[in-house]
Amino acid sequence: MYAYIIRRLLMLIPVLFGVSVVIFFTLRIIPGDVAQTILGTDATEDALAQLRKDFGLDQPVMKQYFSWMGGVLVGDFGESMRTGRDVLPDILNRFKITFELAILSAIISWIIAIPLGVIAGIKRNSKTDFTVRIISLLGVSIPNFALATVLILVLALTFSYSPPVGYVGFFEDPIKNLQILILPAIVLGTAMAGAVMRMTRSSILEILRQDFVRTIRAKGAKERLVIFNHALRNAMIPILTIIGMQIGVLLGGTVIIEQIFSLPGLGQLVLTSINQRDFTVIQGAVLFIAFVFVMINLLVDLLYSYLDPRITYK
Amino acid sequence: MKDFTQRLIEDKVGLIGFIGIFIVVLLAIFAPLIAPYEPDEMFTNHVMEGPSSQFLFGTDEFGRDIFSRIVYGAQVSLQVGLIAVSIGAIGGLIFGLISGYFQGKLDQVIMRIMDVFFAFPDILLALTIVAVLGPSLTNTMIAIGIVFMPVFTRLVRSAVMTVKENEYITNAQAIGVRPSMIIIKHIIPNIMAPFIVQITLALSGAILTEAALSFLGLGVQPPDPSWGMMLNDARAYMEFGPWTILFPAAAIVFTIFCFNLLGDSLRDLLDPKLKQ
Repeated sequence: MYAYIIRRLLMLIPVLFGVSVVIFFTLRIIPGDVAQTILGTDATEDALAQLRKDFGLDQPVMKQYFSWMGGVLVGDFGESMRTGRDVLPDILNRFKITFELAILSAIISWIIAIPLGVIAGIKRNSKTDFTVRIISLLGVSIPNFALATVLILVLALTFSYSPPVGYVGFFEDPIKNLQILILPAIVLGTAMAGAVMRMTRSSILEILRQDFVRTIRAKGAKERLVIFNHALRNAMIPILTIIGMQIGVLLGGTVIIEQIFSLPGLGQLVLTSINQRDFTVIQGAVLFIAFVFVMINLLVDLLYSYLDPRITYK
Repeated sequence: MKDFTQRLIEDKVGLIGFIGIFIVVLLAIFAPLIAPYEPDEMFTNHVMEGPSSQFLFGTDEFGRDIFSRIVYGAQVSLQVGLIAVSIGAIGGLIFGLISGYFQGKLDQVIMRIMDVFFAFPDILLALTIVAVLGPSLTNTMIAIGIVFMPVFTRLVRSAVMTVKENEYITNAQAIGVRPSMIIIKHIIPNIMAPFIVQITLALSGAILTEAALSFLGLGVQPPDPSWGMMLNDARAYMEFGPWTILFPAAAIVFTIFCFNLLGDSLRDLLDPKLKQ
């Protein structure tokens, strides 16, 4: 098992290396002078030269890449071209918010999706099943930004409620923190719930058809036991796979949702830096998100063997 | 094929999706005939008016007719959907065929590159590409196409590897049929089922991504009407005119929902395991 984890971690190195190459060189394709873009057209030649020197833009591209990567490997992501602040501390601070939002959304989605999916699977072709299928398909089809906008509109019109602005950390004021995060988490959670619900339903259907379930039933086990101890546990593998895949959607979704709810998370940082063409921040943040994403996928893979002892990794 | 069409008609869910998509396609093709006004025509005396017989879905903050903008917006959505998915699907087909049929080192290289692209969440990759190319309709299509390529590559590759094991392929190879002929005549027709399902699902994904990018101001640029952009523009005024939000949102949800209905039903129909 440990050998497997280590091998998987080693396999991440070329992927992350690839990500860094893609992100760094794609940003360098942008036509025009980076210094000019940042300082504007009325900047003096001296100021331009100074900026180029400060950020190593006067160096050959390969050298720029290696000096950036060299920094990244020791935890130095460079400085923002706009604010001059260190990139990594900014990323980590904002990631806390995005991470909390993602966890909260995931929990909401499981609370909705797994029970409903199980019920739909057990009562196949019933009215309940049909309703759940329509709800889940709607969940997949409603874009999170549309849901967020309509939700804010409805709350404003019916309860004159508008979501709180700004952010307070969980440990500073847990209640205020939850008040701020609950709406965005509901929006992201319901979108994710659709996909998880569908997968839960179809895997429960699949498992209930199998011989071992018939044997357990024949032995007189209570239906509740059959569902929870046997069917659901076996259905968890595909459910977990879809959850792993949804994490990427979730991380991407935070970019838009943080913008709508003015949450100062990592997604908002990416968007602001893209709009400001702050390359050091864009490349640092995107690399960081990709890193988190592949790590989560690895964790999901490792969870498989915990849930299904038949799966062993060598 | 006849059997397939028959079954699609019998499966009501898929049929509803198909009819819905057909309506959106008609709206897009006949937009100049259906829309009562030009999408960017401003009626300065009718700013932020609610739905009426003159303006079916009301007007926006510039006095533009929302119904006409939604009808023309269908053109943008479908255009982005079709072209972006074509880029992703054709690219994915080529790479997937090469990877799956020839395997070996080339396969390794292609798949590792795709792994790199898989390490980005979709919308983030699209955002970065648009950031580099600059926001515009064309660049939105290119960005979404690139984002979708790895999914198609993986799908085609695994389908090819399954089909390749069949005896008729080995026989064709044994009698010396050229690889290009084997791929075109025997492999491609046999991987079409999952490929078509993926195209339907990717279409809904592409339309959604375009709406999201335009919502963020990084997709389609004014004056082209995009549903996502309309939604974002309306946010500032929504309490004074809920219709400015509700109709574009409904258009996005309706279109994506119909594509998903069709995709779902196609997947069930084409999956031999679920046939009984």
